[in-house]
Order: sequence, then structure tokens, then C-alpha cells
Amino acid sequence: MAEFIVRRLIAAVPVLFLVTLIAASIMQLVPGDPAAVMAGQSASDIEIARLREQLGLDRPFIERLGEWYLGLAHGDLGYSILLNRPVTQAILERVPVTLALAGFGLFLTIALGVPLGVIAALRPNTWIDQLVLTIALVGVSVPNFWLSLMLIVLFGVMLDWLPAGGYIPFGDDPVGWVRCLILPGFSLALLQVGLLARITRATMLEVLRQDYVRTARAKGLPSFLVIGKHALKNVMVPVVTVIGISFGLLLSGSVVIETVYSIPGMGRLLANAIFGRDYPLIQGGLLITAATLVLLNLGVDLLYALLDPRVKYGRG
Amino acid sequence: MAAVEAAAVAAAAPARAAPLWRRLLRHRLFVTGAILFGVMLVLAVFADLISILPPEKMQVRFRFRRPEWAFPLGTDNFGRDIWSRLVFGAQLSLAIGFAVVIVTGIAGTAIGLAAGYFRRLDNLLMRAMDALMAFPAILLAIAIAAALGPSAINAVIALSAVYTPRTARIVRSTVLVVREMEYVQAALACGARHGWIIWRHILPNSLAPLLVQLTFIFAYAVLAEAILSFLGVGPPPPTPTWGNMIAEGKDYLREAPHIALFPGLAVAITALGLNLLGDGLRDVLDPRLRVQHG
Repeated sequence: MAEFIVRRLIAAVPVLFLVTLIAASIMQLVPGDPAAVMAGQSASDIEIARLREQLGLDRPFIERLGEWYLGLAHGDLGYSILLNRPVTQAILERVPVTLALAGFGLFLTIALGVPLGVIAALRPNTWIDQLVLTIALVGVSVPNFWLSLMLIVLFGVMLDWLPAGGYIPFGDDPVGWVRCLILPGFSLALLQVGLLARITRATMLEVLRQDYVRTARAKGLPSFLVIGKHALKNVMVPVVTVIGISFGLLLSGSVVIETVYSIPGMGRLLANAIFGRDYPLIQGGLLITAATLVLLNLGVDLLYALLDPRVKYGRG
Repeated sequence: MAAVEAAAVAAAAPARAAPLWRRLLRHRLFVTGAILFGVMLVLAVFADLISILPPEKMQVRFRFRRPEWAFPLGTDNFGRDIWSRLVFGAQLSLAIGFAVVIVTGIAGTAIGLAAGYFRRLDNLLMRAMDALMAFPAILLAIAIAAALGPSAINAVIALSAVYTPRTARIVRSTVLVVREMEYVQAALACGARHGWIIWRHILPNSLAPLLVQLTFIFAYAVLAEAILSFLGVGPPPPTPTWGNMIAEGKDYLREAPHIALFPGLAVAITALGLNLLGDGLRDVLDPRLRVQHG
């Protein structure tokens, strides 16, 4: 196991290096002078020149890249032009809010997706099975930012049941925290619920055909024990992988959802950086998100090995 | 004798092709998808004929009209006819989606073929693809589009850059299987050139999963283009794209929710149609990939 962890970490290094390279190169894509684009049309030549110097654009790309990596080694992702403060500090302040939103979305995904998938597998080709298929199809087809707007109109404006936006920290008001996360959490989770339910359903169908399930039934175990103890445990192996992927997607989906619901998380910070053409902040946000996903995938692999002892991580 | 054989082959060809279409037409989800997508395609193609007004024509005295006879889907905050903007929006949104499919199809196939067939290139190409895929698709697309500047072409570039690695991975995995087939090994043993083997054997046998993948990419691209436009990094306003229309409507949700409602529905119907088409194609072309039923 330890060897596997070390090997996976080593394998992640070139990918992480390329990730940093891509994030660092984003500013190179800007046509013309990035400083002029960032400063805006009303900026004077002196302001643009000052910004160019501040961003290091008056120096060769290789030199800037080296400096960026040096900073990265010290946890320094540069300086945000918009916020006038270090990128690392700005991102770290927002991470808990995004984690809370993605975590809540994941909770909804699991709480709805796994039971729906299990029930659909136990009742194949019935209305509940069709419902799972429909939720999955709607989930992948409805744009979640538009769904958010419609949920705001319905539950925030017309019925006035839930807040239409904003964020209340858990420490200030736990009930308010849950209330303000319900709509954005559901908007984020809808896509994942259908996908998780379909994977759970397919795996459950496979497991229910296995001999040990038939044996458990044959020896007279009650149905809830057969499903809960024998089948569900084995269904969880592929489902954990999907949950890991889902969490990554929930994290990335927060850019749009946080913008729509005015939630002060990392996603909204990144969206504002994009609107304001704050390239150091865009680079830092991209890097943190991608690196988190690479490490998340590693974590899922390890969990996979823990859940299923048959999974061997030999060299082959 | 040769003529008889040729006639037999000619007669056999359509007979072999027919079951595919029949199977597709028997697939309920595929037919539903084809109808939904077909409707949006007709709207886009005949936008000039079926629109009521030019999409950018403002009529201030008709602002915020609810759906009525003169304006079937109502008007927006500038008094522009939402139906007309919707059908012209279909033109641009579908054109961007189609362009992404073409670029992604060509680039993804080229990279996937090269990585799968020439094993020396595999590690280099696929590590680069892995790195691109490490970024969340929509986030990377937003960042690239933001760097390049808001325009339809840049949206195509950004979305193609994001979806090409996913396509390349699918093509590579098919190529890895096909290149080990006996007929490919036989062709190699006969001294056939790599280019000929790829063109004659590998590519045709990789088309089915590629076609399925590209159908889904079309759906993702339509959804992603709407997000780019909504966030202000797609084609700039007043260009009528569905994402722009939703973004304009979000400030008037209380008094005129219909402004954001209809373009969102258009995106959802298009994406649903394409997803159903993709599901149908996958079920018919590659039943092994189908999620089990019963």
C-alpha cells in the first residue's frame, strides 16, 4: 500500500508540473499587451507601464516562469491586482465557503442518488426506474446556472421560502447557513444525483446476480439485511469513485453557482478575477483547483483499495 | 461471374446498412432526441424566415411585454422580440457547438491515433492530455476564453481545447484495441504502410465510439457556450446567444422572468435532444457500453 501511494504520488508529479505550466502560461494567450487589457481602455500609458512592470511583463517569459515557480515553492502565487493583496491569502480565505457549498452538494448527491439507484435496481423497469433515467437526463441537459435562476424566482421570489442568494457563516447562524445552501446545493447536485443513481443502479443489478447474494437469500436472511449488509457494501466500491469525481465537479461548478447566488467563495473570486482580467488571481485559482482535483483522484484510488481488498496495486 | 459478384456485393451493401437505421428508428430515445434536436435545427436554419423582427431591433415602448399574439415569447428590457432573438440565438449556439465538434473531432482523432498507434508518442501526448484534463472543463474554458477575449471564435477555441483531450483519450483506447487485431497485424506483415493501415483499418473501426463521443460533446459545447456567454466571456452582447439572453434576463427575474426562461429552455431542449441522440447511438453502435436494463 505504501509503495502504491509513493508510486501514485510520483506519477502525479509530471501531471502537476504540466498543470502549473498551463496555469502559468494563461497570460501568454492574451492577444497584444496583457497590461493594457487589464488596465482597461481609460488607463494612461504611464499606468499601463507601471502595471506591466508590476506583472513582470517587461521581462522574458522564461524569467517570469522561473520566478513564478520560485514563489510557488514558498506558497506564493503572486499578487492580485484587483484585490491588492497576495493571491494565496485571498484564495485561502474563500476556500472554506466553497468547501461548505461543495460538501453540501455532495451530501445532497449521496442522500438522493444512492437510495434512488438502489430502489431503481430493486424495481427495474418500473416508474421509479424511469424516474432515475429522467433525472439523469435532465441533470445533464439543464444548464445549472439557468436552473438556479428559475429556483430563485420560484422559491426566493414567488414563494419566499428560501433566501435568493448570499451566505451566512455556520458560526453566525447554523439554521441560516443551511437555508442559504439549499438552493445552490441543489442546483449543483442535480447533475450528479442522476449520474450517481444510474451508476448505483447498474452496480446494484450486477451485485444482486452474484452467488453470495443468492446464498444470503436462500438461507432466509431478511431482505433489508441482504441489501444493506451484503449488497450495498459491494456497491459502494465503484460508487466511491463516482463520488470522488462528483466532488471535483461540484468544486468546479461552484464558479457559476457562486456567481448566480452571490456566495463569497473561491468560485466567485475566480469569476470576478476573470471579469476584471486579474491574471495572477486566475492563474492561482486554476492551479489550486486543478491540484486539488489531482490529489482528490489520488485519495479516491486509496479509498478504493481500502474498500475492496481484492484490488491489488502491483506493478502490472 | 465477376459482374454477378459485383451485383451481389452492391445488393448486400444496402441490406447490411439498413438494419442500423432500422435499429436507430426503433430506439425510442434516439427518435425523441432526433425530434427535439431537429426542431432546434429547423429554427436555426430558417431563422430568417420565421423570425418576426430583426433580433437587435429595440422598441422601447414594448419593453417587458409578456408572451402575447404579437410577441409569442414576449419582449426583453430593450423591447426586443424574444422569439426572434431565440431563433437567431439557435443559429449561433448550434454553429459554435458544431464548430467545436469539428475541431475536437479532427484534433482529438489525430492525437488519439498518434498516441494509440505510435507507442513512442503515447506517453508524451497522453501526459499532456492528462494535464489538460486535470483542470475542470468549464473552468479552463472560461480562463482561455477570458484570456483570448470575448468572441464566438475564441469560444470555439476555448471549448475545443477543453474537449479535445477527452476525445483523444477515447480514440486512443479504441486504437489500442484495433491495432492488436489480426487483420492489422496481417497488413503489417504484408508490408503495408502505417498511413494506409491507419486510414484503411484503424480509423474506420474507431468511428463508432468517436461518433457517440462527438454527439455528447455537441451537447456539452452548447451548454458550455451558454455558460461562457452568461459570464461575459462568450460572444459579446448585443449578439443574440442563449447565454447572453439569460444573462440579460437575470436582472429582471422579479418583473419579467420570461426573459431568462425561454432561452434556458432552448438550451435544455437542445442538450436533451443531443444527449438522447448520443445515448441511442451508443446503444445501437456499441451495446457493450449501455447501462444495463433489467
